[in-house]
Amino acid sequence: MRTFLYSLVSAAVVALSGPALAKDKLTVYTYESFTADWGPGPVVKKEFEAECGCDVEFVSVADGVALLNRVRLEGASTKADIVLGLDTNLTADAKATGLFAPHGPVSDAAVPGGWTDDTFVPFDYGYFAVVYDTEKLKSPPKSLKDLVEGSADDKIVIQDPRTSTPGLGLLLWVKSVYGDKAPEAWAKLKTKVLTVTPGWSEAYGLFTKGEAPMVLSYTTSPAYHMVAENTERYQAASFEEGEYLQIEVAGITTTGAKNPLAAKFMAFMTGPKFQDAIPETNWMFPAGKTDKPLNPAFDRLVKPTKTLLFSPEEVAANRKAWVDEWLAVMSK
Amino acid sequence: MALARPTDPRIAAGVIALAAITLLIGGAFLGLLFEGAHDLSGAWAAFDPYLLRVVRFTLWQAALSTLLSVVPALLVARALSRHPRFFGRGFILQLFALPLALPAIVAALGILALYGRAGYFAGLSSAVGGQDWPGIYGLSGILVAHVFFNLPLATRLFLEALQTIPSDQWRLASQLGMGARPAFRLIEWPALRAALPGIAGLVFMLCVTSFTIVLTLGGGPAATTLEVGIYQALRFDFDPARAVTLTFLQIALTFVVVLVLTRLGANVAGDANLPVAPRRYPQVNGAEASLNAALIVGALLFVAGPMAATVTAGLSADIGRLAGEAAVRQATLTSAAFALLSALLSVMLSLALTMARGALALNRRSGPKTLLEHATDTGAGFVLVVPPIVIGAGWFLLLRHAGDVFAIAPLMVVTVNAVMAMPFALRAVRPAYDAASARHERLCAQLGISGLARWRLIDWPSMRRPLATAFAFAMALSLGDLGVIALFGSDSVQTLPYLLLARMGSYRTQDAAGLALLLGLVCLALVLAADRLGKGTARDV
Repeated sequence: MRTFLYSLVSAAVVALSGPALAKDKLTVYTYESFTADWGPGPVVKKEFEAECGCDVEFVSVADGVALLNRVRLEGASTKADIVLGLDTNLTADAKATGLFAPHGPVSDAAVPGGWTDDTFVPFDYGYFAVVYDTEKLKSPPKSLKDLVEGSADDKIVIQDPRTSTPGLGLLLWVKSVYGDKAPEAWAKLKTKVLTVTPGWSEAYGLFTKGEAPMVLSYTTSPAYHMVAENTERYQAASFEEGEYLQIEVAGITTTGAKNPLAAKFMAFMTGPKFQDAIPETNWMFPAGKTDKPLNPAFDRLVKPTKTLLFSPEEVAANRKAWVDEWLAVMSK
Repeated sequence: MALARPTDPRIAAGVIALAAITLLIGGAFLGLLFEGAHDLSGAWAAFDPYLLRVVRFTLWQAALSTLLSVVPALLVARALSRHPRFFGRGFILQLFALPLALPAIVAALGILALYGRAGYFAGLSSAVGGQDWPGIYGLSGILVAHVFFNLPLATRLFLEALQTIPSDQWRLASQLGMGARPAFRLIEWPALRAALPGIAGLVFMLCVTSFTIVLTLGGGPAATTLEVGIYQALRFDFDPARAVTLTFLQIALTFVVVLVLTRLGANVAGDANLPVAPRRYPQVNGAEASLNAALIVGALLFVAGPMAATVTAGLSADIGRLAGEAAVRQATLTSAAFALLSALLSVMLSLALTMARGALALNRRSGPKTLLEHATDTGAGFVLVVPPIVIGAGWFLLLRHAGDVFAIAPLMVVTVNAVMAMPFALRAVRPAYDAASARHERLCAQLGISGLARWRLIDWPSMRRPLATAFAFAMALSLGDLGVIALFGSDSVQTLPYLLLARMGSYRTQDAAGLALLLGLVCLALVLAADRLGKGTARDV
């Protein structure tokens, strides 16, 4: 409570002392796990504050979708200068709000497939993958087709595309591989789905409790278990058709367009000081030059033979129809 | 002689409480409608064939869950009331307040530790029969989880109703040599029946709005509730018009069901005599005693099982390190402070509503209930089927032009939690208040005792215990809340469940298990404290 009172008082002080003091502050809206003690937030804050001689304030919400909604709810009066943590499935909707401004000059972002966008800049990326328990599953599926057509005894926990980002990721993955045949694929996959959880946490929780030998997660998930828990038990399956990509981006709001620190932060974000923190705190791949080499564990992760990704516009135009299509098959 | 004047302060208090609740809900709808008004297409598009299936499943699972929670609860409550010296009775009742404080996913994992594919029974089944246990995904899983949450709740509320039976009735029963069966029919059942519609309605509402449980244990999107649709409308689609439409649909459906439930109940005429007999308890014969013991132990095992699994999982975490973390300590304090404030506000609201309802009923004496009386009676309960995300988002939209939304976040969390817990508190408080009022109203009018003096001398002693029960429930509920805090939480306001979910969301399942244990312990401590407050006097009620 004391911290809260303190922040109330300091908010009042900032409000009273006028723009002179408030100018040196950069407000970044992001998601929870970014600002957690173990997330990249604390490092990023320290490094950028040292560079700009300013104050960085993080405001965090549950996840990327909640982040966009938070900005939508606040509208043009948002306090965010930077919104960090949307993914490419959300950027078309985000642009449509008219609450984001062009990002200005940044160094080239290194994401698979390259990047050109005048509003959003990537800060990391990862691939969705089926993660399996090596103690329970001796021969993991080698392709999405294997997974779809395999034995119904090997269960998988997936997430609901109506409520969660990875859930939507799997939906797009299946769509990009099967196209118009996606409903048929889902009808087969359905027999292997143990349950469909509202979010990633619930699914991964069930998986680590041993309820199912497979879960939809990221290719980088095993890196956490190898580095932080020292175990090789959980591994990602490599699929012949390739893995679906998730690119996480940040953008400057119309509020932030008036704050010179915002453009500075975007340039900083693609640089090594920010990028060095990403792999072992956010458990994603860096989207820019790093100074430190990646932990060797990352070299042992599944390397996608092919990268699958729909453009933000395609996703925005079809998401509803595709989710309804999924729902029609899965709720039979 | 009119026992309550039209200007009775109790009615005024009720009107103020109602106004506050209306403002909270109405303001949220206003904010959403204002934002959604320019695009109503989503509202119409909500009515598709899939919606019909969702509605059917929502009502079906809620009806079954209610039946399976309320009927056993009735029997367990009766058993507990007939054995006031049952070993560990006080502890069982305290334990029964805990499930409400557990976030849905923690409870689900606890339940799966027993009944899941990798659970205790799966091991047992493969050891005994060599067969694979299929787990409980599907309707059965949803029902088990809902009964786990609601059976203890309903038991305590029924017990509260049974304890309003005047001791004179028991004396008479014993003088007449009444056996267990006629005693149930003539003494216990009327009290239970009066409370039945309210309690069943409450459980039904909780199950209608279930979300994480239904999705996680339901096995697939065939098991979907309207709440999922509302959540989806506000999350990926950001379609306020559709969210409001679905919320109204949810309220309308629940209204119909609650209306039907009301027919099950009966309004008992209170006993206007002051009790003169000392507190006494019915004689229970041997056969019934063993049956009752089996009932109580069965319910206890069912509720304690998943909790024991939660504790076991929690003990494997590094509790020492967790307790030392500043973030955890801060979140514990924030959670406790929010829970206490919400519970206080919640109990005040429900007391105001109960007193107003009582006073209005006295004024009316005969004839149909007025709209105000209905509103203070069952009407206020409907806040439960308004999803917190709707209230939160609505107020956000309404207030964003008015200034700093972050600054009001704590206020919002406390208020919404208080209002959400109010229907629980109402159920705990009302039977006792009505019974006490029936007994004391005339006396107070004759002696001219009113206002604060009446509260201190007459109402407080008999309301103390039920108020403590109400307080404990409201606290547990606020403690476990994730709906409001998920929208308003920020780095300066973090609660324990929020932190728990954050840990779970970044691979730290051990930490999350430890935090679940901590949450349970905080809740238990607060419930114990509330119980102690409730036990002031030995005076009979």
